[in-house]
Amino acid sequence: MNLFTYILLGFLVVCAISVTFSKKLLNSVLIFMSYSLVMSIIWMMLESPDLAITEAAVGAGVTSVLFFVTLRKIHAMGEEDVEDEEK
Amino acid sequence: MFGPNLFTNYGEAVSVILFVIGFSNLLMQKNLIKKIIGLNIMDTAVYLFLAEKGYIRDRVAPIVVDGVQEVEAYINPVPSGLVLTGIVVSVSVTAIMLSLTIRLYRRYHTLDLDEISMLLKKEGR
Amino acid sequence: MKKNSAFSRWFYGEKDTLLGKVEMKPQNGHAPRAGEIRELMEERRLIREHIYDVEDNQKLRLFHRLYQAAAVVFCLMLMLIMLVVVSWLPENGDPDNPVNNEVSARYIENGLQETGAVNIVTGMILDYRAFDTFGESNVLFISTVTVLILLHNKKKEKKTSAEGGMRADKSIYEENLILQKIAGILVPIIVIFGIYVILNGHLSPGGGFSGGAIIGAGLILYQNAFGFEKTERFFTEKTYKWVCFVSLTFYCLAKSYSFFTGANHLESGIPLGKAGAILSSGLILPLNICVGLVVACTMYTFFAMFRKGDF
Repeated sequence: MNLFTYILLGFLVVCAISVTFSKKLLNSVLIFMSYSLVMSIIWMMLESPDLAITEAAVGAGVTSVLFFVTLRKIHAMGEEDVEDEEK
Repeated sequence: MFGPNLFTNYGEAVSVILFVIGFSNLLMQKNLIKKIIGLNIMDTAVYLFLAEKGYIRDRVAPIVVDGVQEVEAYINPVPSGLVLTGIVVSVSVTAIMLSLTIRLYRRYHTLDLDEISMLLKKEGR
Repeated sequence: MKKNSAFSRWFYGEKDTLLGKVEMKPQNGHAPRAGEIRELMEERRLIREHIYDVEDNQKLRLFHRLYQAAAVVFCLMLMLIMLVVVSWLPENGDPDNPVNNEVSARYIENGLQETGAVNIVTGMILDYRAFDTFGESNVLFISTVTVLILLHNKKKEKKTSAEGGMRADKSIYEENLILQKIAGILVPIIVIFGIYVILNGHLSPGGGFSGGAIIGAGLILYQNAFGFEKTERFFTEKTYKWVCFVSLTFYCLAKSYSFFTGANHLESGIPLGKAGAILSSGLILPLNICVGLVVACTMYTFFAMFRKGDF
């Protein structure tokens, strides 16, 4: 139980640092998504299931989708989306 | 200098480290998207600190089971309520910041803050 | 007072001294010209050369290095200070911490009898602190309005590009057969799970916020699979306005009534019901439904505005 918590907290720190050093924006958004998911597991272990459900739906779901749509709007997601913007 | 409880309070220590990492993202990154991610990391660090403060050893989540209503049975429900409202507000803040980023990109075709400020200077504002 | 100063002349109405000196006409808006993009690109190339021309610009390089070093030192100092503070905090998980005072004890001991909610957190945020949650729903509404202002497309642009965009949409959405089949199975399950989480907010973990976010995620998946044509049949800007207006108004009126009667020691007439049943705990169930509707609509509206700039 205790070891598991240590591993999860260490994962959080590693994720937060690798957001800073990742070259592509898409990678950093994906890392942030996994960060939110692990954070929801930690809240489950801290006996707050309300927070866990909300974080899993909001932090890992909706926020990441908003980031992805923004990346698509600013042409940072790949070559095939470039012509999509010409409206 | 350090007190006796640094290693027993490891959750709080990790939340402090996460806060500083997010803050350094805000200070040192030039890309606006990474700045927003840094602010989100700071948000979750504060929430983690609050949730750690409300946690009590060997007690369960505050949902009444079998009519047991002693204080000794459940953890502190107040930080959970605070953080629950905070999470949803952080989403709306993120949405507003991302929409401002999209507007900036449409106007200046870049996300680099230095370039944007140079362009602003060139326009004479 | 001097007779000839600008103030006295203005005061006695001889002459408006500011006339002609201050810019009075409104400024022109930004009008894009032909070839502006190319000019901008050229400008940006020059600026980039200027910015990253570190060899010729010693001062800039020095400033950048100084800034980075100062930022690192500041962050490390901040971390050190906060770690010292954490090391002096009382032990984590100790029942005698000052955080666990009589407030939480009161919520745990009397929460079930006073609010009727089995889940104490839900009873706290929707009964004792209901106006806090009301303000938060309003924060969501205001942020949606701000995103609408910031990202709304102009009408004439939309009309000219509507047909082309629609055709492109169709070709995209007819290709995605796998996504459509999977979404056809998953979306009803997600939406039903969201409704379950909302309706059981006072009995189990969850409530308006999480359930609303789940329903919003389901709507986003539906839109991604089938396109805006299908979602516009049941969700437009008008729907959003009415749902938010009705939910927030009902929340405000119901909770105002409850607080008014409670503060004056009157009988509110709202039955608390039997603890553990779905139809129990007074106003918490309808308030949960209101919050869930607002959150679901807000999440979908964020997505639609970011994606298309319109509903």
